[in-house]
Amino acid sequence: MASSSDIWILGINMTKFGKHTDKDIVDLGAQAAMAAVADAGVTMKDIGILAAGNLMGRGAIAQSLQKQIGQTGIPAYNVSNACATGATALRVAIMAIKAGETDMGMAVGVEKLAGAGLLGASPAKSSDGTWQREGRYGAVAGIDGRIGTDNMPGTFAQVGMEYGHKYGGVDFELFAKISEKNHAHSTLNPLAAYTKAMSLEQIMNEPMIAYPNTRAMCSANCDGAAAAVVVSGEKLRTLSLEQQRRAVKVSASILTSDPYQEACQVLPDVNTLTKIAAKQAYEQAGIGPEDLSLVELHDCFATAELVHYDNLGLCEEGGAVDFFNSGAPWRHGRMPVNVSGGLQSKGHPIAATGIANIWEVCQHLRSEAGPRQIEGAKVGLAHVIGLASACGIHILEKSAA
Amino acid sequence: MDLHGGNGQTDAMSTISTTSTPTSSPIAHVSYLVLGDDPHLVANECVGCGARFFDRRNACAGCFGTEFRQVAIETTGEVRSFTIVTFAAPGVPVPFVAAVVDCGGTSVRANLVNVEPSPDHVRLGMKVRLVLTSLGTDTQGVEAVSFAFEPNS
Repeated sequence: MASSSDIWILGINMTKFGKHTDKDIVDLGAQAAMAAVADAGVTMKDIGILAAGNLMGRGAIAQSLQKQIGQTGIPAYNVSNACATGATALRVAIMAIKAGETDMGMAVGVEKLAGAGLLGASPAKSSDGTWQREGRYGAVAGIDGRIGTDNMPGTFAQVGMEYGHKYGGVDFELFAKISEKNHAHSTLNPLAAYTKAMSLEQIMNEPMIAYPNTRAMCSANCDGAAAAVVVSGEKLRTLSLEQQRRAVKVSASILTSDPYQEACQVLPDVNTLTKIAAKQAYEQAGIGPEDLSLVELHDCFATAELVHYDNLGLCEEGGAVDFFNSGAPWRHGRMPVNVSGGLQSKGHPIAATGIANIWEVCQHLRSEAGPRQIEGAKVGLAHVIGLASACGIHILEKSAA
Repeated sequence: MDLHGGNGQTDAMSTISTTSTPTSSPIAHVSYLVLGDDPHLVANECVGCGARFFDRRNACAGCFGTEFRQVAIETTGEVRSFTIVTFAAPGVPVPFVAAVVDCGGTSVRANLVNVEPSPDHVRLGMKVRLVLTSLGTDTQGVEAVSFAFEPNS
């Protein structure tokens, strides 16, 4: 039963991830938003706050969406928080409801990235003329490639390798096996950008991007959108029994940034803020990791998935390699992780990702996940990381109604 | 160095060019690299908690203290993490080895050089030492010098 202080997801939608050449960002975001209000059984008239994110676009996505689907004068927030943008937009809508400013809100994340190249890399600076100092390090020439790497595959490769240095047991093949799992899972997800299983050999023989991440082990740049309608428990009790039955409880909604750590200025620390967020989320939800039916975590690269097994408490500290090798995170394992196919195959349209992972969990909790349904799913966790750095964690529970 | 802590700093160019004439002396790639007879990296260290920063901070990210002093970073260290980048932005030569080097407790981001860029040759935990690399000269004939780490066996 919905208690008045609870927050619920009333409707949620994710578009097909991939190439949408016939739609612009507004079209794509509007598609998800329209589908989310329809899924919720409401209209834009019921929505009291809109929070929207689109990282790579020109801004004001929230107002653009309103013009496309319904302008009602409600507060509209444009949200930008790297890869955690979608989760942050959802947090904004949830906080507005918790603050009592409205009883229903919507969050939308949309991105068009199909065909985009390497993210995070900065083009080499031309050095014609004389050396001039620029930027916070007083650099006379580009730093990327000369003093370490700025690109995302290389950055996250080091995140995984650092875990290996600390605890041992990692090699190229281990990371490739993580990717093999997610590509296998994607075959059951018709909305994933890539739905082909890949053998371990295929994955290891793909072009190397940044050792140990081959192309198949990197998140796929693609187009996509996701949107969610959230509602207060009090309002939910006034809605139909069918709406109450399909509603998914938001047991925890957490956003953290990275606290100071010695090396965080050199290599982004994606671990500490995730550990803190996970601890807060489990406390808020009143559950532990052992209660989770499934987890969607931010596998922007195969090397990142490994460390988050540990960060989210899915295994004991230092035990991520053993956890993976036990088969636990496969869809038939003890703790299914990324049954959607994860970012490596489902795709990673940045601002959409932090809502799309919640959509995936909701599908299972509502027993609407089709062939990839995790049977009897009751509680799920969705996690995103944005550099440098934001961590969003939502714990979701099946409705008791 | 152009590393403004709370106690004010001197200019990077003047620090580097004290040992030779301005026209022929090389210029450091970044302000936190000190050239000369004893090349090394410098950081702004928080007087309160010892946190070290290669750029300027208004207050320490760790303890919010506003007093900094400049310290030299050890020139030898151990590879704590690495990647071999084979696909990079246009104009960035590949492959190269990017690493995090633990220099006596201070983490440094750098390339590894003078080692085969292959996982058979680059190892986690390998001992390395600071080495200078050339970025070429500008139209005035001034050479820019960067740093990297090489195996120290």
